[in-house]
Amino acid sequence: MHDLSPSGLALPAPSRRTLLRGIGGAAVLGAGIPLLSACGGSGTAADPKTVSLGSKASDPVPKKAFADIYAAYKKKSGITVDVNTKDSNTFQEQINSYLQGTPDDVFTWFAGYRMQFFAAKGLATPIDDVWQTIGANFPEAMQKLSKGEDGKYYFVPLYTYPWAVFYRKSVFAQYGYEVPTTWDDFVALCKQMQKDKLVPMAFGDKDAWPALGTFDQINFRQNGYDFHVELMAGKASWTDAKVRKVFDLWAEILPYHQEGAVGRTWQDAAQTLASKKAGMYILGTFVAQQFTDKAALDDLDFFAFPEIDPAYGQDTVEAPTDGFMMSKSPKNKAEAVKLLEYLGTPDAEDIYLKSDPSVVHASSKADTSSYTAIQKKAYDMISGAKSLTQFMDRDSRPDFTSTVMQPALQKFIRDPKGVDSLLSSIERQKKTIFAQS
Amino acid sequence: MTTETTKEIPEAAAVPPPGVAPAPKASHGHRRLLTRRDRITLGFMAGLPTILHIALVWVTAFASIALAFTTWDGIGFDSIQWVGLQNFKELFEQNPQFWPAVQHNVIWFVVLIAIPTPLGLFLAVQLDKKIRFSRVYQTAFFLPVVLSMAVIGFVWQLIYNPDTGLINSIIGANEPGKYIDWIGDPDLNLWAILIAASWRHTGYMMILYLAGLKGVDPSLREASALDGANEWQTFKNVIFPTLRPTNTVVLVVTIIEALRAFDLVFVFNKGAEGTELLSILVTNNIIGESSRIGYGSAIAVVLLLISLVVIIPYLVATFRKERRA
Repeated sequence: MHDLSPSGLALPAPSRRTLLRGIGGAAVLGAGIPLLSACGGSGTAADPKTVSLGSKASDPVPKKAFADIYAAYKKKSGITVDVNTKDSNTFQEQINSYLQGTPDDVFTWFAGYRMQFFAAKGLATPIDDVWQTIGANFPEAMQKLSKGEDGKYYFVPLYTYPWAVFYRKSVFAQYGYEVPTTWDDFVALCKQMQKDKLVPMAFGDKDAWPALGTFDQINFRQNGYDFHVELMAGKASWTDAKVRKVFDLWAEILPYHQEGAVGRTWQDAAQTLASKKAGMYILGTFVAQQFTDKAALDDLDFFAFPEIDPAYGQDTVEAPTDGFMMSKSPKNKAEAVKLLEYLGTPDAEDIYLKSDPSVVHASSKADTSSYTAIQKKAYDMISGAKSLTQFMDRDSRPDFTSTVMQPALQKFIRDPKGVDSLLSSIERQKKTIFAQS
Repeated sequence: MTTETTKEIPEAAAVPPPGVAPAPKASHGHRRLLTRRDRITLGFMAGLPTILHIALVWVTAFASIALAFTTWDGIGFDSIQWVGLQNFKELFEQNPQFWPAVQHNVIWFVVLIAIPTPLGLFLAVQLDKKIRFSRVYQTAFFLPVVLSMAVIGFVWQLIYNPDTGLINSIIGANEPGKYIDWIGDPDLNLWAILIAASWRHTGYMMILYLAGLKGVDPSLREASALDGANEWQTFKNVIFPTLRPTNTVVLVVTIIEALRAFDLVFVFNKGAEGTELLSILVTNNIIGESSRIGYGSAIAVVLLLISLVVIIPYLVATFRKERRA
């Protein structure tokens, strides 16, 4: 019934949605579940004082941080943000049918290829008007990151965080370790830690994505940013000697990784670092969320992944960026635009970071005075980088990374010797996937 | 021989009445009894389920089959492209997870039929003896069946977690060097999951057999006791043969369980190496950010074909029996 009440602009959309929902539900085995859940947010949409927002921030820390922003916005504008939070993995798995069903007006999402994909499919609204207001708040790299392939803006970044090698200062001090800056130093440090009865590197790959991060680090240190882009775009070959070299290097340090990684979540691996049983851990700064003890959190530090090829040094930083997009045909577009304008302000970012200090501002105007030592370092690392990458599954086709790369890397971790057949298998599968539209 | 005759008596007794009832009279009655409204009501009662059935079962199945020959990312209909047998070729020749998945589905069935099924039968026979606290045992064994598979997955993760789980903590296998990775090791994880699945399946089988045993005519036991048969002989020659209908149900249920196995594995490790299943491959390809619906459908079609291979002989046997009757 609510289809009739909004402005004429919204009228054609429901029929298409209903059609898609009906056919989709009938045609696609298993897709019924996400489609059903997508129906949930539609009831309250006619209220002009409300903007609905689909959120993947289901972990307690980010969930509260986001809630603080919306509460502040309500105080400021009188507009209620009706948040529809889903488990973050589920949200990502269902995003496709969610956006085609009855999505919320605004939704949380990632920058990079994954944003561009949905923008190119017409499942998001271009928000150039929002960027006229907020543009000056962001550095050029962030502006570039927020555009679709068609050059229009589709994304409002909120925060970003680097991937690096984490360690505890007290452990390094206790054993007299030094931060390694070259590959050889790094390997030597691993050896020393093993002698000292530490697990040199904490590792948990049960969720299958953490290993993608390790691959990225070795790849762009060894082969540079441009090759990373080519490889992720499906242009470079996985059977290339350059890729083989990445796996050789990885195999060299794999014996120093925590045993049984495929059976362990990243959260459990982080606990090994927190309890000082492990010496180092390659992950994003969100690892800090697992350090609930204040003293331990203050003890946490990180360094950039060591240099492998001096030609590239440490000039690339993996810095996934999260933010917001506007869905295809928002019910309350005028208010959704205003909300996005607010979310693009340094104020909104400040509020978020107050509750979740594991990430840093995407904006260059935000207040960095309250930054912890880790945040300062992360901010410097990102602003000093020559190139920013997202993350393998944000820089490449998600269907390729989730159905091919994730199981492939799990296999490699378990059996590093079978790398040749693994790489040719990846290449064959990549060709068919990238051949599709 | 005796059992067959006993079985046929009720059937034979059941057949005559419809034959005896004179058909013409019945149709006369129809014309007089059914008003227009009745006919509309009946039409709805029969028609609505038929439409729902066709739309939700047949259209879905045929749409899946059709989509198996296309590539489609699930966004709009203009992106559907006909690719012929390409998906199947890719599946059979290139997908490193496909053949392990088929194999695991088969192993799943074999294990379920070989271990929890006899165990369930054994428990049912014991409980059928009206021992003390029979109800308590019955409830205890049946409890896992009431839980959802996903919950069972979470419960067993507490046992199998390699770092903090019950087993590794007790036997000290969570230290470097002695590490046992129940969830990640492809040589172990399938069996670890199958133990959890069997834990539940045993209770399920027990209840089915218990129901079957309750239906066994007590006079049969008496007769065999009078003939001087011991307990094992009675079970083997008298009781078990009368459980034939139950066995058929058990077989069908187990086949279905093996083919639809999904939730437990999905919770356990999302079908990582060692635990791949066809249902999980279907899900991974269809549900996702940029779905490969055509490819996923091709896997679903393979699953459908395997199901048909199992179901058709069953249906043929059932129809043949009906014709004989």
